[in-house]
Amino acid sequence: MTTVITVPPSLDDHSFELLLEQLAPLPADEKILVDARHARWSSPYGLTALLALAQSRAERPAFAGPEAEDTASYWARTGFYRHAEAVYDLHGHVPRQRPSPGESSVLLEITSVEKSEDVHQVVGRIQERSQQILVSELKLDPQSVMRFAMTLSEACQNIVEHAGRSGWVAVQTYRWQKRLGRRVVVIAVCDAGMGFRRSLESAHGRPRSDRWDDAMALEEAVVRGVSRFRDPGRGQGLAGVRRYIGKWDGKLSIRSGTARIAIVPSWDDDVALAEGLPEFPGAQMQITIPERVGAS
Amino acid sequence: MIQHHIDLGLALRRSVSDMFSDLVTRPTGAAVRQEIEQQLAAVQDSTLTVIDFSHVGLLDFSCADEVVAKLLLRCISDAGSPVGFFIFRGMREEHLDAIEAVLERRGLVLLVQTPDGMVRVVGELGKRERAAWEALDRTGGMDHSALAHLLECSREEALRALDNLCARRLALRLEESYLAIGNALLARGIQ
Repeated sequence: MTTVITVPPSLDDHSFELLLEQLAPLPADEKILVDARHARWSSPYGLTALLALAQSRAERPAFAGPEAEDTASYWARTGFYRHAEAVYDLHGHVPRQRPSPGESSVLLEITSVEKSEDVHQVVGRIQERSQQILVSELKLDPQSVMRFAMTLSEACQNIVEHAGRSGWVAVQTYRWQKRLGRRVVVIAVCDAGMGFRRSLESAHGRPRSDRWDDAMALEEAVVRGVSRFRDPGRGQGLAGVRRYIGKWDGKLSIRSGTARIAIVPSWDDDVALAEGLPEFPGAQMQITIPERVGAS
Repeated sequence: MIQHHIDLGLALRRSVSDMFSDLVTRPTGAAVRQEIEQQLAAVQDSTLTVIDFSHVGLLDFSCADEVVAKLLLRCISDAGSPVGFFIFRGMREEHLDAIEAVLERRGLVLLVQTPDGMVRVVGELGKRERAAWEALDRTGGMDHSALAHLLECSREEALRALDNLCARRLALRLEESYLAIGNALLARGIQ
């Protein structure tokens, strides 16, 4: 028997939780069909998290893509289907990924990240493509191109250093009309690997407190810069990401296990820490950088 | 003092790949640091090594920790073999972002030559030590009594500040006199 998991029409970091709620009661080896036929839009988080969802299943899941042609075509241009065919049995029409030189919203197509060399490739590509968007459209200072690439590098290294398996990264830009009324650049980095709690637990001799769960692991890593490594120089990547996010008035959110932590800017009303979410392995990170207001 | 020059861009291409110009990820940083350490293996205690970032694209926090912080830690460690002194040059503002963050985390300092040729101390250094380094650098060198007079502190305090600068590889002692690793040294012909 196959259980159908319905993808909402608009898929982002919040609505992805609806998928996880549907998945929660199912054993990992139950056959599922992820039904995205009625999906009309997805953030890069949604697309990379869909790949991580497949990675988390013991039984290879099936996937039915969006029926709306423009949505399917956009998902193809992000590289989604190229990666999806490796982890899903694809059903229905699978659009071919055609080169589209005019496409500027996909700053970085969905890219698999597993090892250090992958991070070099990602960082090289993003520097070529992001200059115009970051400086001309988001009105950030010219140094932001490098700082953005540094942020992306550190976010991807979370997979290389801690996930224990591959993950995916994607970067897109779009106008976030409803919530912000401004253009944003969004980085999404998702994997279904070890996750923050298990990574920190692997630290030799790490003392456990009475309260030790996914939320606390996220707080330790994101807020206090704790790493599973004894070396005090570790844990600087996320600290650096946080520093830049603050400078850009951006938002950082990381989900791992049953919790999600967020560095919430004034323009957003998200909660800083959500606990008791449906269990999902690995780490799913989203970084949102808005267009600067008041810049000439 | 002998001068030794290391082009980090070249060290990256030699140790990791011809394809890369960015110093990103810990494995890359570790490989580049090992390449530098190999070059330093033959170096004497009185050697000044200039680490040149001119041909480096991006430097992320993790790589800055692997290359810069761990190199400095080895340099100031008593357990390590003597590797002399370092001045870093060719750094852009974004490079300094990453480097300042790792120095702060580890409580380290380093010397940076800015594009105008001036050497400055980057990282956390006590007020008296910083004043002592600036005085040594300005005057070309002095003993602890002269420094105590200049900084209006006791000779013991001046001596402690100078010893601290030496331990952190920002100065060296020549008999009773102390010399800053900095502008005065570069002005003597080490470019």
